[in-house]
Amino acid sequence: MKYVDEFRNPKAVEALSREIHQITRHSWTIMEVCGGQTHSIVRYGLDRLLPPEISLIHGPGCPVCVTPIELINTACELAKIPKVILCSFGDMLRVPGTNEDLLKIKAQGGDVRIIYSPLDAVAIAKANPSRQIVIFAVGFETTAPAQAMAILQAQRMELENFFVLVAHVLVPPAMEALLSSPENRIQGFLAAGHVCTIMGYDMYEPISEKFQVPIVVTGFEPVDILEGVKMVVDQLEEGRSAVENQYARSVHRSGNLEAQKVINEVFEPSSRIWRGIGNIPKSGLQLRLAFTQFDALQQFHDRIHLTDVTTSPPSECQSGRILQGLMKPSDCPAFGTRCTPDHPLGAPMVSSEGACAAYFQYRPSRVAQL
Amino acid sequence: MSQNSSLEPQCPLPLASDDTIRLAHGGGGRLMQQLIHEIFLEAFSNSYLNALQDSAVLPTQDGRLAMTTDSYVVQPLFFPGGDIGSLAIHGTINDLAMMGASPHYLSAGFILEEGLPIITLKQIVSSMAKTAQDCGVHIVCGDTKVVDRGKGDQIFINTTGLGVIPQSVDIGPHRLTPGDRIIVSGDLGAHGMAVLSQREGLEFSGNLRSDSAPLPDVIADLLKHNIAIHCLRDLTRGGLASALNELATAGPSTMTIKESCIPISDPVRGACEILGLDPLYVANEGRFVMFLPSEDVDRALSLLHQHAVSKNATDIGEIRLPESTPHQSLVTLETRYGTHRILDLLSGEQLPRIC
Repeated sequence: MKYVDEFRNPKAVEALSREIHQITRHSWTIMEVCGGQTHSIVRYGLDRLLPPEISLIHGPGCPVCVTPIELINTACELAKIPKVILCSFGDMLRVPGTNEDLLKIKAQGGDVRIIYSPLDAVAIAKANPSRQIVIFAVGFETTAPAQAMAILQAQRMELENFFVLVAHVLVPPAMEALLSSPENRIQGFLAAGHVCTIMGYDMYEPISEKFQVPIVVTGFEPVDILEGVKMVVDQLEEGRSAVENQYARSVHRSGNLEAQKVINEVFEPSSRIWRGIGNIPKSGLQLRLAFTQFDALQQFHDRIHLTDVTTSPPSECQSGRILQGLMKPSDCPAFGTRCTPDHPLGAPMVSSEGACAAYFQYRPSRVAQL
Repeated sequence: MSQNSSLEPQCPLPLASDDTIRLAHGGGGRLMQQLIHEIFLEAFSNSYLNALQDSAVLPTQDGRLAMTTDSYVVQPLFFPGGDIGSLAIHGTINDLAMMGASPHYLSAGFILEEGLPIITLKQIVSSMAKTAQDCGVHIVCGDTKVVDRGKGDQIFINTTGLGVIPQSVDIGPHRLTPGDRIIVSGDLGAHGMAVLSQREGLEFSGNLRSDSAPLPDVIADLLKHNIAIHCLRDLTRGGLASALNELATAGPSTMTIKESCIPISDPVRGACEILGLDPLYVANEGRFVMFLPSEDVDRALSLLHQHAVSKNATDIGEIRLPESTPHQSLVTLETRYGTHRILDLLSGEQLPRIC
């Protein structure tokens, strides 16, 4: 299969692994930002092809994982409203709110539908004029353009029954927050290739300069990831810190300007709470004033009853430390015992991009812990 | 057709193809009789069914009886490579074949939703009849119920199958032995991806067609040639990964399969890549996994390759003795890079990922 096979080629993987072994002289800690990269690493065992001096830690790049529990509770409340059809990406359905998840609401009669694109929700709104459609808009810069397009389309079609629960987050402010933490041990980043496809990578240059960290925009296949690691290690060993692009087949320096224009037309940056991490300024998106008629929170504010639920995740869940790369999933005492995909304590055990789910799904070592 | 003339329909008007199913079609009166005669008996006619007794009366058989039942609720009802009718035959006779049984008889239970177009029912029943005939099985008894509109999803079908296992045949998880090789009968995931893409209106390039197909003939051929089959499992819901896990828990052994050997077609790989699904967990309806001693592998593969349904059969791995750790009844996948990962049971459904 073109564009996949060449980047999974075992010979190329072996050669890169060998080169990384040859150039590595010191110990380095590198974070891959995106959950998709984490899954590739664990699924293919790529970290085991690296020299022991290199430690990969897993970043917060799983939009489902960082969505705060308050928003999940809100989505559940919205899905309970009789005339509402709540549309969501599939990943979100099993993430536990305080008392329930969206799958449970669906089983109890709520109309919760999995969509593959925000534009699907526009079609549902058009086909169901007597219902109110709410889309749970979760994701990084990658899904924001399609979300913005859906809102613009709903506006053009003059749909009065289309609403958005906005939970979009932005990557660069989170990277900066991690680097600013007193506990930080990240020495280099593999930046998220898909996010950079949309946004470009010039905004990483001040971060790289300020914190003196190499940042390499990296893809998701085994060859991509090992090449990204090699480029970071090259810089670290040579004492350099720059932004480089491994994923040039998809990413240009300035990104996709059309997509950025659409995002900027509909959304503006806002502060956002990241689950397990806390409030990060300018790390989320909110609807601009001209689009607040699509805001689900505004439309249904009197129907959302969150006062009777506590909104803190179970205290045993270490997802905050895991999402900041301070801890590996397998170091968590609840991992694989009290926290499993069937009974998750936190979102990283649920989402297909969550680090805990990746370790649980792919790592033979967990057997010994059972 | 029937010797019992009192059951002949009194209603002179034939069922019009543009008509729809009404509650009265399940009410026991004339409309129901008309449905039974004009649609079911017309299509499935055989001497056991045509007797129209409370039970079908079947001749005794040499060997042991194998019996299985399955319900079919697929949407869409028609998909590339099959429909709910052909699936209701293949699915059930394939379960019989996995025990080494040759399928003989089927029952067919229909739950119809009020409003189902008669023409749709006719198409499905006709597909069932043709499939049953092609597979050499008789539908010998049946039942029809109609539920209110909104209480069903057009049509649900249950089929129960009865087959005969020759005395000498002993196939099952109790025979899994360390050293056994693991063969899959063909490329994986086509049924699940064909149905999913049709249902969700996803447009993929390439030819995504269900693999729905009967398996009894190829199994009978292997048995005829004295292939020492230890265990068989058809790879329906949950796919290869789930089937291997279920079997691995049956005995104190681990299974190791090689990623590079597992056949998956390019259209299925492409669709799975886009949706973030793992083809090893995607449903099949005409694929099976077989465990057998290594000395029989070459002969088995050359027989399998002679049948269209298993022309891409491949040896993908082996059963090993459990290593040091207890609880090691697991399935391990060796990646193309020589690293290993577990292939676990799924939690819930495979949900498409977000980005």
